[in-house]
Amino acid sequence: MSFEPKNPVVKWVDSRLPIIGMLHHALNDYPTPKNLSYWWTFGSLAGVMLVVQIVTGIVLSMHYTAHVDMAFDSVEHIMRDVNYGWLMRYMHANGASMFFVVVYLHIFRGLYYGSYKAPRELLWWLGLVIFLLMMATAFMGYVLPWGQMSFWGATVITNLFGAIPIVGESIVTWLWGGFSVDNPTLNRFFSLHYLLPFVIVGVVILHIWALHTVGSNNPTGIEIKDKQDSIPFHPYYTVKDLFGLGVFLIIFCAFLFYAPNYLGHPDNYIPANPLVTPAHIVPEWYFLPFYAILRAVPDKLGGVMLMFGAIAVLFALPWLDKSRVRSARYRPIYKQLFWIFLLDCIVLTYVGGKPAEEPFILIGRIATVYYFVHILILLPLVGLYEKHKPLPSSISEAVLDEKPSAKEAGNA
Amino acid sequence: MLKLIKSLSAAVLLSVVTLSGAQASGGGVDLKSVNWQHTGLFGTYDRAAAQRGLQVYQEVCAGCHGLNQVAFRTLQDLGFTEDEVKAIAKEYEFEGGPNDDGDMFDRAGKPFDKFPNPFANEKAARASNGGAFPPDLSLIVKARVGFEDYLYSLMTGYADTPEGFELTEGMSYNAYFPGHQIAMPAPISEEGVEYSDGTKATVDQMAKDVTVFLAWAAEPKLEQRKHMGLRVILFLLVMTGLFFAVKKKIWSDLH
Repeated sequence: MSFEPKNPVVKWVDSRLPIIGMLHHALNDYPTPKNLSYWWTFGSLAGVMLVVQIVTGIVLSMHYTAHVDMAFDSVEHIMRDVNYGWLMRYMHANGASMFFVVVYLHIFRGLYYGSYKAPRELLWWLGLVIFLLMMATAFMGYVLPWGQMSFWGATVITNLFGAIPIVGESIVTWLWGGFSVDNPTLNRFFSLHYLLPFVIVGVVILHIWALHTVGSNNPTGIEIKDKQDSIPFHPYYTVKDLFGLGVFLIIFCAFLFYAPNYLGHPDNYIPANPLVTPAHIVPEWYFLPFYAILRAVPDKLGGVMLMFGAIAVLFALPWLDKSRVRSARYRPIYKQLFWIFLLDCIVLTYVGGKPAEEPFILIGRIATVYYFVHILILLPLVGLYEKHKPLPSSISEAVLDEKPSAKEAGNA
Repeated sequence: MLKLIKSLSAAVLLSVVTLSGAQASGGGVDLKSVNWQHTGLFGTYDRAAAQRGLQVYQEVCAGCHGLNQVAFRTLQDLGFTEDEVKAIAKEYEFEGGPNDDGDMFDRAGKPFDKFPNPFANEKAARASNGGAFPPDLSLIVKARVGFEDYLYSLMTGYADTPEGFELTEGMSYNAYFPGHQIAMPAPISEEGVEYSDGTKATVDQMAKDVTVFLAWAAEPKLEQRKHMGLRVILFLLVMTGLFFAVKKKIWSDLH
């Protein structure tokens, strides 16, 4: 489908810089599989959350002071004196959590339907890069209010780099800009926290570019074969995503307006004090699974390597998963393994929030081992030996097959 | 769709259980639970209780604890008039200046001032309190696991030292303080203040009142937030319903 504008201004612009045509292709006539379920909404929701975080973040930074003596009070100033400052700050803090919720669902959807497999490897990689950038951004953002958890979280995480042999200590000093987490650390974290979201925007554009080159995966995992299989993105998926957005915003607002501190930690309302260590230093919930993996290893360097390894192995997923069938719908064994893996990640999250004592240490170790066993051993083996269910010949056929069964389910 | 809602709600439930389990590391003591008027979806601060709580703060807590995030002018939220706020501010003295000669001088407090700290610095506070540092109370309700219930339990949790418990010299036994040894002696006693509204100043009453006041101090925008939340969520419900209808309509030509 070529873009032929009628409006003379659009025509004039587009013949010189085809940006309107590009947007038209990306958002309007992008041929999309007709069978995408609501699990495919989370990508656009993640995009919305990125915008929410950037807009609220820019407003917050107008009132925030990145200095160890003033940061905590400036956040309280935002909460008390700035018009709707409380709204901006709670939106930003809860928005970070919601961003991770949405992205985790997006990632697990990709795992379930095999969205990482050829030809979508680069798309998957770019997604993981976004995820890593998000983690760095969220971590540094959490330091900015300069509460107790900010300070001690920053201390624990930056100290991890000290585990690197020989140069570790120098790297930590370099990260801190001094010999402890102090004002230079806070300043650079603020600077980078402002910078990285725009890097994320850049990678998101690449992510969407790659997506539109290879096309969306879908619940059947088979490619679009003819016109019958696809529908234009607009209006079908714009309106479906808008409905999804509405549902999501209601959940977001429930936290934002009625439990804005539920996902936070009370200790972060205590100003940072380098002389008093909190009883339990816990990261935000979205880091807990990785924190559990870190603590599962008694050796510091080993723990750090395993933690970064947990994400690194995800980059190898397209080649570790040998199955030629994408969707778990047609992979009876992988389907079960997927749910066990999800459960394993939830167990890791739970253990990550618990103090380092028995039985949590043991549970954490078992869950950590299983995490890697699933990805490095079970996935390749299942791909080789699993007998998949018969695949439908096309997306339209799958959609037609589904209809009567959907009715039955409705009657039941 | 139904399946998605089912799995989503299961996931939400599971994560709530996981998280509340993950964060409930209070120390294993069950706090006394009070039905605060300001919690709940439509909850508002009990103005009378908060005003009495201010009195308790001023007459009992303020000797050792600061409230340095709270400006006098914001007391109008609790139902004080502008003149009453001016009068409250006037009770405190602040350093003003420098004047045209370059000298600092003492001046009476104004509504824009914040509650002054009782001590010049942390060292001075520790020196006067047997080495312990009385924390600022501006955010205390939000800064402790258990929130209002914890603060109320703590203030009413002083008891005789149980047999076999070794109490360090100068400390008090408290059933709810982590470790049960607290440097702060029981802060409130029967009739410790004389309430101007005639309420009987029992320990329980005073603890409740000052907790309401400090809850307000920690989260002064709570009412505004819930009020806006209700309107926003009602709007979103309608909007989402419309989107659903439009989605149905647009997709109907496909099926």
